[in-house]
Parts: sequence; structure tokens; C-alpha cells
Amino acid sequence: MEASKVIHAIYTDDDVLMSAVKKVKAQKHHIEEIYTPFPVHGLDKAMGLAPTRIAITSFLYGCVGLTVAIVMMNFIMIKDWPQDIGGKPSFSYLENMPAFVPIMFELTVFFAAHLMVITFYLRSRMWPFKKAENPDPRTTDDHFLMEVAIHNNESELTSLLKDTGAVEINIVDKDEDAH
Amino acid sequence: MEYKISNRLRMGAIIMMVLGLIGVVYGFIDSHSVTEANISEILASEHHDHGDAHATDMHTSGHTNEEHGETVAHTDEHHNDEAHGGLTHHEEHALHQIHNRPYAALYVGAFFFFMIALGVLAFYAIQYAAQAGWSPVLFRVMEGITSYVLPGGLIVLAIAFAADSHLFVWLKEGVTEVGHENYDKLVAGKSGWLNKTGFFIRGLIFLGGWSLYRHFSRKFSIAQDSASDNRNFKKNFRISAAFLVFYIYTESMMAWDWVMSVDPHWFSTLFGWYVFASMFVSGITVIAMITIYLKSKGLLEFVNDSHIHDLAKFMFGISIFWTYLWFSQFMLIWYSNIPEEVTYFVTRIEHYKLPFFGMLAMNFVFPLLLLMNSDYKRINWFVIMTGIVILCGHYLDVFNWIMPATVVGRWFIGMPEIGAILLFGGLFLLIVFTALGKASLFAKGNPFMKESEHFHY
Repeated sequence: MEASKVIHAIYTDDDVLMSAVKKVKAQKHHIEEIYTPFPVHGLDKAMGLAPTRIAITSFLYGCVGLTVAIVMMNFIMIKDWPQDIGGKPSFSYLENMPAFVPIMFELTVFFAAHLMVITFYLRSRMWPFKKAENPDPRTTDDHFLMEVAIHNNESELTSLLKDTGAVEINIVDKDEDAH
Repeated sequence: MEYKISNRLRMGAIIMMVLGLIGVVYGFIDSHSVTEANISEILASEHHDHGDAHATDMHTSGHTNEEHGETVAHTDEHHNDEAHGGLTHHEEHALHQIHNRPYAALYVGAFFFFMIALGVLAFYAIQYAAQAGWSPVLFRVMEGITSYVLPGGLIVLAIAFAADSHLFVWLKEGVTEVGHENYDKLVAGKSGWLNKTGFFIRGLIFLGGWSLYRHFSRKFSIAQDSASDNRNFKKNFRISAAFLVFYIYTESMMAWDWVMSVDPHWFSTLFGWYVFASMFVSGITVIAMITIYLKSKGLLEFVNDSHIHDLAKFMFGISIFWTYLWFSQFMLIWYSNIPEEVTYFVTRIEHYKLPFFGMLAMNFVFPLLLLMNSDYKRINWFVIMTGIVILCGHYLDVFNWIMPATVVGRWFIGMPEIGAILLFGGLFLLIVFTALGKASLFAKGNPFMKESEHFHY
């Protein structure tokens, strides 16, 4: 069950944020989310996030693209209407393969790239008319925000986060509709 | 950080060289046991042994050879097996191919190891010119490998000098003389570039330039270790940038001279690049393998997994670059199918099907699938295993450049070829590991050293 109240601790420096994350993790508190204006190197490792598997999906999409290219051209050029076009051997796929390689390559890249991007959008829930999930507009400019759930430990958490160098601490009711 | 070549390694290298030498000498004796006197019997027994199917095959190979391996002047009218010094044309060609084989095998082995050292030299210069922050911990390994550039290059030139027309048909007597039986109009037209004097003067200029850069770069690199300022580093940066300009011109010309000219009727524009890609990827592979070896001896604690990861990425990327160039050359020629240039691939596909397509699997498919995963690039034995396959693949690549033009259908990877690999492999190991022992493995004066030590990917 999700907590109804969360703490928003705001930082102004990514190094301070990194050490804060390590302290909070060491105290075994669960960090709900961190909002940063730019990628902070090593933050995912410090938070203990699982590595992404998007490269694996991309490889599989590439295999799909290669298969589409081969099946398509084998059907069109070899099976369906094997014409003699400028003396190119259309007796079997292998014999005429060098001519198909540019298309095989491009379709592999096309599938791998586009389907991976779409996978990324789906997994991170991004689309044109999506309502922004930003708890504080300053986090897109120069502030960092750590969100920690409260389970009847408000004062303890507040003092812990103060110690880690937070410049501002807000306790907010979590608005479920925003997600 | 101090390394001294171990006695075991030195003995191993010397044993390799001795065994290799035996193989090479055997190759020469074996091929010269076939002479004008007994060639007819040997060919007859070949036909007899292999049956009729093979006999027909041998005839076709004679034809293909005449069309591009040797001279175009031999057109079909010369094919009627007219007697020529007591030998038929078929016998004469077979004799030439048998005699060429030990020279070609020696040349392939020598060029392969020389090419590795030169590829490393180019990589080293790029690291300096680009002011790379990750690679200075590997500089001494690279400097060790490049110590083979000068001896290796001189050996290649010496073999070219000794082999003469056994390798380069444009050196045949009378090729440029109108009216001579060997006269070849196409080759005569190229004699402004392809002549013996020019070949060796150019070869010495290329080699001189490369070794001068190598000499001074190594000198400044050592001097930087005990310097109080960065003057030596800056000098190295400047000469590296200048060397790269010199290198890219001379490497291309070297590829025409030392490799492409074995087929003097054929030419290709991107051949220089293709040769470059082959030497570059073999060079990087050898850097990775020697680094992993020295690291396993506990001599390179400052080299971490991320350095190996970067080298493996280069092995992966340049393998694909090599394939791109190989395919670009093959596909353009296959597609347009112009007789005068397509013969190059016809010979190779007809007689070298396995090495020609096999190297594609070894140089492309294997590294592509094994080194794609980021985690695998950090596993040392994975990098070594892929490296061995890549090196074997690029040996085959050199084999496919030289052999089809010199021995045509009479190729085999036997005593002469393996002997040459052992001979030059042993020499390469001996020279490289002796050079590695001459300076600290840690180039401590390099201004990027701190960054390189802490390099993390």
C-alpha cells in the first residue's frame, strides 16, 4: 500500500544529492522518486535501480527487421516474379544476396532504432498530451528533489534529511491523480 | 611495473622460430623438387590420383590463371597447348605456381606480423593526436609492439626483393619490352609506377618515415617520465599529428605496392583503406591480448576492466568497419560485373571459397555476436578468445590477397605457411617482449596519466 504522505527534500547540488541518497539508503528508507534537471552520473547505481534491458529489446527488434527484409525480398524478387533485371541472378536468394544487403542492413537498423524508442516511450509513459508529473517546477532548472514516503516516522525522516544537506523540506499529501 | 622477458618466453619464441625455419626450408626444398624434367609426370599422377573430375578442374584452373593471374597477352589463341620450351602452357603455369608457393607463404606471414605492428603505430599516434584520456596506461604496451615496425618492414622488403617475379609478375623479364614473349601491354603501361627501383625506393621512404616517428615518439615518451614540464608531451602531440598525415598517404601507397601489385591487371580505389582496416583491427586486438597477458602477470595493476572494455569496443567497431570496406569493395565489383575487375573475385570464389567466406565469419559474425554484449567485453578470456579468431581471420585476409595471384588453385595451409607463421610469430614475440622490458610499463610522466588510471566506463 502506498503512503498517503510523502516528504519532498530539495537539494541544490548534485554531489550533496548523491551523498544524501547514500545516507538515506543506508538508513533503509525507500526512496520513491528523484527529480533532477539533468542526468546525474551514478545516481541509478546509488539508488540501487535495476539496469535497463532496453539494449536487449533493441537487439531483438533488429533481428525482426533483418527477418522482415529477408522474407520480403525473397518473396518479391525470387519467389513471386523472378525476372531477369540487368542479368542479376534471381534463381536463389543467396545468389543475389549482395544486392539485398543494403536493404537488409537499413531495415535492421530501422526496426532496432524505432521500436526501441517506442518501447522507451511506452515504458516511461511519455506521449504528447501527457500531464507533466513535476512536483516542483524548479527541478527542471537548478534544484534536485528527493521523494521519500512517510510511514509514521515524520520527525525522524525530517531530521535525517535535514542532516543530509537538504535546503528545503516539504511534507505533502500524495495526489494519486497526478500519476 | 618493471618487466623483463622471461626465459620461458624467450625460449618459446626461439623454438617457434627454429621450427618455423624448418618449415620454410622444407617448403623451398619441396617445391624445387618439382622441375621442368618431372612436372609432366607429377601432373599426370595428380590427374590419375584424383580421377577425371579433378582433371577437368585442373584445366579450368589453368584457364583462369592465364586470364588474370599472369598476363592478358595470353588470350585464347595461345591456349592450344603449343609446345613451349618442351612444356605445355598448362605445365609451365603449374610449375610457376608450385615454385611461387614458398615465397608467397613467407611473404604472407611476414606481412601479417608487420601489419600488426604498423596498425598499432597508427592507433598510438591517434591516441596522442586525440589527447585521449583513457589510453596512456597502455602506451608502453603499444610502444613495445611498434618496435617490430622497422625489422618487420625490412623483412617484408627483403622477401619482396628475393622473391622478385615469384610474387610480382610485373618484375618478369621482358614484361615491358615490345616484342618479347612476356610482353604485357597493360603492365608496360603501369611501369612508370611499377618498376623495381621505384618499388624499393618508395618502400624505404615509407618505412623510414614510420620508423622515424616511432623512434622519436618513443624517445619523447621516455624523456617525459623524468621531465618537470610537458615539453616532451607537446612534441609528441605535434609529431603524432604530422605522422598521421604522412601515414595515411604512405599506407595507401604501400597497399598498392606491397599488396595490390601482385595482381597488376587489377586495381581498386578503396584498397588502401581496406588494408588499413585489416591492420588496424589486428593491431588493436594484439594490444588487448598483450595487455591481458601482462595484467595476468600482475604487471599492469593500473589497467582496469574499463580499459579492456574500451579495447574490446574498438575490436568490435573496427571489425565492422573492416566488413563494411570488404563488402563495399566486393559488392560494387559484383554488381557491375565489369570483366576486367571482376576476375579478382572470380579467382577467389572459384578457388578460395572456404578461406574467402570463412574469413567473413571469423572477422565479422564472430566478433559481432560475441563482443556486442557490454558485460562480455570485460571478461578477459572472452576478449582473448575473440582476439584469437580475429587474428586468424586477418591472417586469412592477407592469405586471400597474395595467394590467388601467385599460386592460384595450388594453395594449401601446410608446412610452408605454418612455418612462416611460426618463424615471424616467434620473431615478433621476441622483439616485442624484449622491447617491453626496456622501459617502465607505466608512462608516469604523461599528463593524462591520472585520468587514465581512474578511467571508468
